[in-house]
Amino acid sequence: MAKITLDQVRHSYLDHPESPDDWALKELDVVWSDGGAYALLGPSGCGKTTLLNVISGLLQPSHGRVLFDDRDVTNVPSEHREIAQVFQFPVVYDTMTVFDNLAFPLRNRGIPEAQVKSRVEEIARMLDLEAALGNRASGLTADGKQKISLGRGLVRSDVNVIMFDEPLTVIDPHLKWQLRSKLKELQQEVGATMIYVTHDQTEALTFADKVVVMLEGQVVQIGTPEELFDKPGHTFVGHFIGSPGMNLLPCEIVDGFPSFLGHKVDIAQAVDVPADATRMEIGVRPEFLHFDSKGLPVDIVRVDDVGRYRIVEVNHKSHAIKLVTPENVPIPEDKGHLAFDLTKTHVYADGWIIN
Amino acid sequence: MIDKTVNQRAWFLVLPVVVLVAFNALIPLMTVVNYSVQETFGNNVFFFEGVKWFEQILNSERFHASLLRQLSFTGIILLIEIPLGVAIALSMPKKGPWVSVCLVLMALPLLIPWNVVGAMWNIFALPDIGLLGRMINGMGFDYNFTQQPLAAWFTTVLMDVWHWTSLVVLLAYAGLSSIPDAYYQAARIDGASAWSVFRFIQLPKMKRVLTIAVLLRFMDSFMIYTEPFVLTGGGPGNTTTFLSIDLVKIALGQFDLGPAAAMSLIYFLIILVLSWIFYTLMMRNEEQ
Amino acid sequence: MKTPKWLVPTLYILFLLLPIYWLVSMSFKTTNEILGTFSLWPQEFTLANYITIFTDPTWYNGYFNSLTYVGMNTLLSVSVALPAAYAFSRYRFLGDKHLFFWLLTNRMAPPAVFALPFFQLYSAVGLFDTPIAVALAHCLFNIPLAVWILEGFMSGVPKELDETAYVDGYSFGRFFIRIFIPTIAAGIGVVMFFCFMFSWVELLLAKTLTSVAAKPIAATMTRTASTAGYELGLLAAAGTLTIIPGAFVIWFVRNHIAKGFALGRV
Repeated sequence: MAKITLDQVRHSYLDHPESPDDWALKELDVVWSDGGAYALLGPSGCGKTTLLNVISGLLQPSHGRVLFDDRDVTNVPSEHREIAQVFQFPVVYDTMTVFDNLAFPLRNRGIPEAQVKSRVEEIARMLDLEAALGNRASGLTADGKQKISLGRGLVRSDVNVIMFDEPLTVIDPHLKWQLRSKLKELQQEVGATMIYVTHDQTEALTFADKVVVMLEGQVVQIGTPEELFDKPGHTFVGHFIGSPGMNLLPCEIVDGFPSFLGHKVDIAQAVDVPADATRMEIGVRPEFLHFDSKGLPVDIVRVDDVGRYRIVEVNHKSHAIKLVTPENVPIPEDKGHLAFDLTKTHVYADGWIIN
Repeated sequence: MIDKTVNQRAWFLVLPVVVLVAFNALIPLMTVVNYSVQETFGNNVFFFEGVKWFEQILNSERFHASLLRQLSFTGIILLIEIPLGVAIALSMPKKGPWVSVCLVLMALPLLIPWNVVGAMWNIFALPDIGLLGRMINGMGFDYNFTQQPLAAWFTTVLMDVWHWTSLVVLLAYAGLSSIPDAYYQAARIDGASAWSVFRFIQLPKMKRVLTIAVLLRFMDSFMIYTEPFVLTGGGPGNTTTFLSIDLVKIALGQFDLGPAAAMSLIYFLIILVLSWIFYTLMMRNEEQ
Repeated sequence: MKTPKWLVPTLYILFLLLPIYWLVSMSFKTTNEILGTFSLWPQEFTLANYITIFTDPTWYNGYFNSLTYVGMNTLLSVSVALPAAYAFSRYRFLGDKHLFFWLLTNRMAPPAVFALPFFQLYSAVGLFDTPIAVALAHCLFNIPLAVWILEGFMSGVPKELDETAYVDGYSFGRFFIRIFIPTIAAGIGVVMFFCFMFSWVELLLAKTLTSVAAKPIAATMTRTASTAGYELGLLAAAGTLTIIPGAFVIWFVRNHIAKGFALGRV
């Protein structure tokens, strides 16, 4: 396993990029620590697959360096980087048995057959594939084949990092959960550095210890699921993570405190407005708003009861706001007042957090 | 492998195809079957003769001889064209400006009407006025395809390889293009050699397309008529009289369509049986 | 010594081009010169053959007639073959395996003896001497070819692609056009070219089912070979010109056949 460093990495698919939009990856400086379980989360087209291919060596970045444990591997081809990759749809060698599939990477490297056998059986046991070892790989279901793909990565003992490119895309929904848990279990057992690329927040948040959120070729925030939830570093993170996403209200800063349409909102500390900021917003998650005797006056629009909590949509001067109220807390009939949690209300300038 | 669901309504998707093909197939076929069991002495008077024509054909030496020639010819060209076509497809560039150039140039022989193919090769291979003929004789061989059976066979085979290998190349190349990049990427990561990539990824994924190429070449070469007829006329003597050429000779030579019709049906059945065998052999791993 | 990979296609193309060069050079020679002497390039360069073709209506009408029925047939064959191939690839239904093989059997009969019955059939439905007749008749062998090739390519696309699309809210029509077809683009390109090609070069049925109005280039060319003796120069010029439409077709589909389309993500 290795620590992976991306040093000033930028990449464009064009020979002569001109505008910022021509860059698939804008400036990236990221360190992935040894043995960590990471998720790379972002919408389609944000550059996550590009980044993955830069790390795995299938793509050479236009600028910058890639380091494995302080070793510069930028120009080292994939087959010598000791990485493993699981793709979006299962890639198995149809004509071989499951055993031969798992043994393939080892045999190519000249490992003695006895060792191959024991290693393959060990990995098969970890993946619950033992019973299928003698079967032809083409006969397995999609999740079985993905396990084989994963197995081919795990079977090599010198693997630095295992990367997953949206691996559950073709798996049946009811099996996704199973495979996801298995992956998490394996990560903890084997202690491998794993990078899991996805656009699904549930997958990302349940698998990873740390999540790297990307948007338009940039890393927007790196943090634990809790950090991403409590303190989104960017409005995108607030909106993308959590369901429903974070509320965003336009505001002005008056004496260091935000004011929403004339109503002053209290936050933990005063903020300084950056000089060139054009758009100021208050960001607060629905979970961190509650009804109070005084506060922002709102009209109740609708209430959705989803069991353990209710999603309440309210309105203040034609701005819609959502809040999540626990089961036994009363909700006013027509009108009410909203109070903002002091420490969980944030201010954003042009999308970036400033408090 | 695709896990197919049972759905009888799929017949609607297939119906237009069935109608268009059956319209062209059934009625003419019935007509030919009709002729094959009858004999006429002119004036549209037919006598039912049962299997007389079939027996006559199947027992004739002449039929056996041309059948043997045909089987040899088809065997030879399959052994050349299939591996050659695949090898060329593998060595072609996958992308870039040269791809278009390659594809267009390789397609050219396929587009020439078959009688022109025969005619141009006829001149091309003549020992005194043809480029090929002069080249070969210039290298010291005594080559004259109009008089030497071996030279005639050589020229006919060469002409067919020239004419049809590109079909195999195009099919194989299209098949290769359809293999998603991820397979090659995974193979790189697994440290696979070029031979392994061919054996475990490319060849299996091309299997269906190759089956079509083999069947097509088999059927078309088994029915070959125009090109060798224009090139050699079936000669010298009858050394290059393949089955179709013989069939037409019989059809033209007789007043009666009976023997020709019967021979056509026998012909058809031979191709049918052999194709079915090929098909089953090549697809045997699909069903599990 | 490692031979460069491009050597193989280069040698092959040179092998292909040599007789074609021969054909083209014949087209600029007189028949006398062709049969009389050996010359690498025309000694008496002449455009007479081409002039004949461009000025004689039977010749250039022949081209238009051929293009008409070939175009009709290609479009028809590919359009009906696509849904049928999809059905064979994704579904099991009564008689499917036999039907599939039956389709191919229609390419297994030598056409010679079938010419007369075809003539009778199309005369009976009043389509004799129309391009439609030839276009329909060629369906006999082109549709099975199209279905078989397309099915082969479709079977390479995992069914999960279909299902993922439905989960994402695509209707069948949208899925088929925007996702599925790009995935099998190579197959469609190849099929279009092959249907065009096989219909274009087919002589017997084209001659049998037409006489004057829809006479295709094929018929005119065989006439050249039999009646006026062997007008080789003219034949060579006609042959050269017949290459051109097909070259356009393959140029048109070149991006489909090569790695132009990557496996689309849903």
